Amino acid sequence: MRQAGGKEGPRVAVSTRYRRRLRVNRFNLAMSLATMAFGMLFLFWILAVLIGNGSSALSLQLFTRSTPPPGSAGGLANALYGSLLIVGSATFISTPIGILAGIYLAEFGHSGPFAETTRFINDILLSAPSIILGLFVYTVYVVNVGHFSGWAGAFALALIAIPVVVRTTENMLRLVPNSLREAAIALGAPMWKVTLLVTLKAVRGGVMTGVLLAVARMSGETAPLLFTALNNQFFNSDMNAPMANLPVVIFQFAMSPFDDWKSLAWAAALLITLAVLLLNVLARTVFRQQSVR
Amino acid sequence: MTARRQDALFRHTTRAFAALVLLLLLSIIAALGYAALPALTKFGPHFFVSNVWNPVASEFGALAPIYGTLVTSAIALAIGVPVSFGIAVFLTEMCPAVLRRPLGTAVELLAAIPSIIYGMWGLFVFAPFFADHIQPTLSRALGDVWLIGPLFQGAPTGLGIFTAGIILAVMVIPFIASVMRDVFEIVPPVLKESAYGLGCTTWEVVRNVVLPYTRIGVVGGIMLGLGRALGETMAVTFVIGNAYRIRASLFEPGNSIASALANEFNEAADPIHRGALIALGLVLFVLTLLVLAASRLLIARLARQEGART
Repeated sequence: MRQAGGKEGPRVAVSTRYRRRLRVNRFNLAMSLATMAFGMLFLFWILAVLIGNGSSALSLQLFTRSTPPPGSAGGLANALYGSLLIVGSATFISTPIGILAGIYLAEFGHSGPFAETTRFINDILLSAPSIILGLFVYTVYVVNVGHFSGWAGAFALALIAIPVVVRTTENMLRLVPNSLREAAIALGAPMWKVTLLVTLKAVRGGVMTGVLLAVARMSGETAPLLFTALNNQFFNSDMNAPMANLPVVIFQFAMSPFDDWKSLAWAAALLITLAVLLLNVLARTVFRQQSVR
Repeated sequence: MTARRQDALFRHTTRAFAALVLLLLLSIIAALGYAALPALTKFGPHFFVSNVWNPVASEFGALAPIYGTLVTSAIALAIGVPVSFGIAVFLTEMCPAVLRRPLGTAVELLAAIPSIIYGMWGLFVFAPFFADHIQPTLSRALGDVWLIGPLFQGAPTGLGIFTAGIILAVMVIPFIASVMRDVFEIVPPVLKESAYGLGCTTWEVVRNVVLPYTRIGVVGGIMLGLGRALGETMAVTFVIGNAYRIRASLFEPGNSIASALANEFNEAADPIHRGALIALGLVLFVLTLLVLAASRLLIARLARQEGART
């Protein structure tokens, strides 16, 4: 942008300053790109390690045999089954609670101190340390019942899932245009029918997303299960007894000195991560279709 | 009439479930407080300043785990905040529109990886790598520097407070980065365009327009990351070394509240030991509550300001 004429001095000064600004800009944007690469590096590093260590341990045996005693071969059947039962029960407990509380916040509690406080507390619980929820279930349930159990694990996981479902349900319901509610009310429908059969139905995909995200989050949680479901070396379908589950098996086997156990831990880690990432991607695509429609 | 009664019933039912959420927080504090009472009454305020953790003698003090929790979280923020800021700037200002969504999702997937996977990767892959390649270099470069030197001295074992802090940093990056990205996106385009129109470079726009406009939200995002880092359990448990001591060097093993709970709770047979661990849990819960509450208030304040302005 140099123009003909003018004095030499100021023109050079302006242009060096401009060049310095450009240099600073280029440097900072390059750093920004580098931080993005840094983040991605860790994602792919972790995935590569999981696939590298886990895929060699994958076999059909994983799904047919239970966790072995040290020094012998085995599978993860009991842990897979236990995880499914615990996460499934937790989903059934948390979904209705979360959806109903979310309905209150979106449909009835627009303002007012009660709704505001609940919303605030819910957002805090969303990020509360999961190990504390396990500790809580331990002190109020496990201690009173007298033993660790699958149910205790399900309760602890449900406490993690509820805030997730509440938040997404409320957010989704708020997207519904008021005209839809008004149309249903004008037809003479009572409010509960409007909410459950019209409003909620309109955003069911989005609410499903919340449930899927909650399931994904629960599947990988280890800390709350340590003091609640504990672990069980044997195949067990009694929710009132300690129950094997993938995360705690990973924790115990990875920390052990036995190679068989370690390779089972890697296989379990790969399975769990694939499941969680798949659920996350699935949840996002479901929601995307919803918002497009 | 019946329809009205049905509606009232419906409203009260949903309200009861909302109240359940409120009640949950209160009952957590009450239950943990009650269970921690025996230990807290036995040790009194001394519990929080004592550095002794001796299950055999039934002597417990919370200082070492509290120190470990705070220091690992501080390291996590020191590394995580600049990186998150860079990622947020990249996603909002630099990234081509086609890549914005997939890359944003990829960053969020980093948050979806379970904590225990970070732990395994940290113990078997990152810690050896860190001990072989990074730790000796850091010791050599910074070990003799005045004042901060002692932080970086010690045997390169790969396990310890510093490793835990780095892994925590990777884990909190997605949380901080996505809040920062979200608040950067609310900056009115007109403001940015006027700055560009005056001849500002992209960096100058970020530095002088975007950042001042979203400062409160950015701090809120950082607090959210801090709340996450404080309570993170499994990843830390794998790599922190599990030792109740406070050393100057960040390369020494330590302990955090969450890792102490994960490691010891099931083996604690003595009620006082158990009570002391629950008291630790209560400390952690109150600490994260305060941090997360501050985070929410700040983010909400930014949203309200934004609402008032438009």
